[in-house]
Amino acid sequence: MSNTDFVLSIEDLTVSFDGFKAVDNLTMYIDKNELRVVIGPNGAGKTTVLDLICGKTKSTSGSIKFRNKELTKLSEHEIVREGVGRKFQTPSIYENLSVYQNLEVSYPKGRGVFGSLTFKRTAEVEAQVRKVAEEIMLTDLLDLEAALLSHGQKQWLEIGMLLMQDPELLMLDEPVAGMSAKERDQTAELLNKICNNRSVLVIEHDMEFVKKIAHKVTVLHQGKILAEGSMDKVQEDEKVVEVYLGH
Amino acid sequence: MSAILSKLNSSELLGGKKGVLGLAVLAAIIFVVLPLGVDIFRLNLVGKYLTYAFVAVSLVLLWGNGGILSLGQGIFFGLGGYGMAMFMKLEASDPISTKIQTTPGIPDFMDWNQLTAIPWFWEPFKSLPLTILAILVIPALFAYIIGFAMFKRRVGGVYFAIITQAIALILSILIVGQQGLTGGVNGITDLKTMLGWDTRVNGILLFGCILLSRYILTSKFGMLLLAMRDKEERVRFSGYDVSDFKIFIFCIAAMISAIGGAMFTLQVGFMSPSFVGIVPSIEMVIFCAVGGRISLIGAVYGTLLVNYGKTFFSETYPELWLFLMGGLFMAVVMFFPNGLAGLWDQHARKLKFMKRFYDDTPEPERFEPTLSATKEAVEAPVAKKEKPAKVASMKGAKA
Repeated sequence: MSNTDFVLSIEDLTVSFDGFKAVDNLTMYIDKNELRVVIGPNGAGKTTVLDLICGKTKSTSGSIKFRNKELTKLSEHEIVREGVGRKFQTPSIYENLSVYQNLEVSYPKGRGVFGSLTFKRTAEVEAQVRKVAEEIMLTDLLDLEAALLSHGQKQWLEIGMLLMQDPELLMLDEPVAGMSAKERDQTAELLNKICNNRSVLVIEHDMEFVKKIAHKVTVLHQGKILAEGSMDKVQEDEKVVEVYLGH
Repeated sequence: MSAILSKLNSSELLGGKKGVLGLAVLAAIIFVVLPLGVDIFRLNLVGKYLTYAFVAVSLVLLWGNGGILSLGQGIFFGLGGYGMAMFMKLEASDPISTKIQTTPGIPDFMDWNQLTAIPWFWEPFKSLPLTILAILVIPALFAYIIGFAMFKRRVGGVYFAIITQAIALILSILIVGQQGLTGGVNGITDLKTMLGWDTRVNGILLFGCILLSRYILTSKFGMLLLAMRDKEERVRFSGYDVSDFKIFIFCIAAMISAIGGAMFTLQVGFMSPSFVGIVPSIEMVIFCAVGGRISLIGAVYGTLLVNYGKTFFSETYPELWLFLMGGLFMAVVMFFPNGLAGLWDQHARKLKFMKRFYDDTPEPERFEPTLSATKEAVEAPVAKKEKPAKVASMKGAKA
């Protein structure tokens, strides 16, 4: 397959679980600095696509290229080191550590066993933690045990942990699930800010939120792409209305 | 002097003022109070208990902080103990003192089993440096092999615990079965002990292991251990090869347990398969749990307390002891998940004279059992309704 300018190019990707094709011959490209939202009914294969990209699930066939490097053969931590960050659906943070430590642990230095034993909290680390904390609006809570954060703040903290690694592709699985209206607005603002120098791939159900952030929308249905394009275009698509937006 | 003290106080390695105090009190008990205040019989018992404390400390690293429950630490305790016992047995089996045997110069149990030469794997144990090396390297290597096979395939939790337990059983059966090579069910006996010296050597090594552990726990590695205990997937998807970290800490824990085993042999003068199998391995987990599985010093007190209880009750009500021990374990798990260390941390800050040691230390870390973490994840979307209001006000104040 030829090299492309896309940050991420997924071509003919298929995964089947005992014969059931959760993702079926999917082809999708993501540009530099693009914020793409994937929508679709439950069971459409949205989360599976993220699992395939970050290596949690192995594909049956097809290719996933990130900056022209094949990801399907790499293990999870190698994919992360290439520059792909992924946020899980339920906030995955380290509840026993402070907000500061959560961010510090995610700093991409000292990733080996011996590197981590000799890792020092340098001014550089400190500066990066403060910068990210500012972005995710948790500067005042750096010393708080992460378990005590609200649900929305936990979601932000996890995004912050990914920002610490400065990934080129950031994948977020339902980042505003369980958030209040105000928090949703703040999250939309945050996402618009952070996609300035990276590509972001978001899975979301909340249409209002999608409208606020999406550059382009991909609609998945039964593991296949049903429609792709701007939000307006997708909303008018008859098939999309029928299987997803209509109800 | 005060400069040194203040340096020590600020040192993270010793855990701040509170950590220094904890180490100092433990040192005073081991090196001053017990040798002066206890008769020689009891002192030897304490020495024996302290060798178990190594295993408890290793479990604080592995289980308390790493969330990896090994029910087979007896394997490594045994490997270390047998290593030392083999050296001491060869020392004791010189041709003159064994001249009544059919083959003089070999350990007595080999002679009884019609062996006429020392087996090849006993040869390195003629030399003390090689023995010390073997005590450290063989358990770590064995742990590496087990760890590699398990953790690379992401075997964890209950499955890991059961497999380590099975290996402990296999090893003890193997030792019993190979009587001619290992001394069988009796173990390796009639060894000379280094009376008097060994308690101090033991204590110094124990402190060495505690400091080593503390270094690991206060580094980024330690933070990652806690992170893995909590959300292993998140660590993996932050670019870490989780299995490498688990293998490493398992090897370190094996090495610390092995040092304890070697010290046990020195202290007690024999080693037998009854310290390798399932029962001792589980007992060691209980020592750690009673002490508080996240506290290195707590683990030492836990070991001393449980073993003192064991000796006391088995002298007075021998038939009741096992039930008491089981009850104790259940009570600790249900009511004091942080063990002695947790109880101390909760109550000591209320004591006036302790207050200044707690001024610079934050509230004790809560030990969150995984069950409650999952529960929270499930409940979170429901709880969102009331929570954001509080957050908004906190953040509103900032804006």
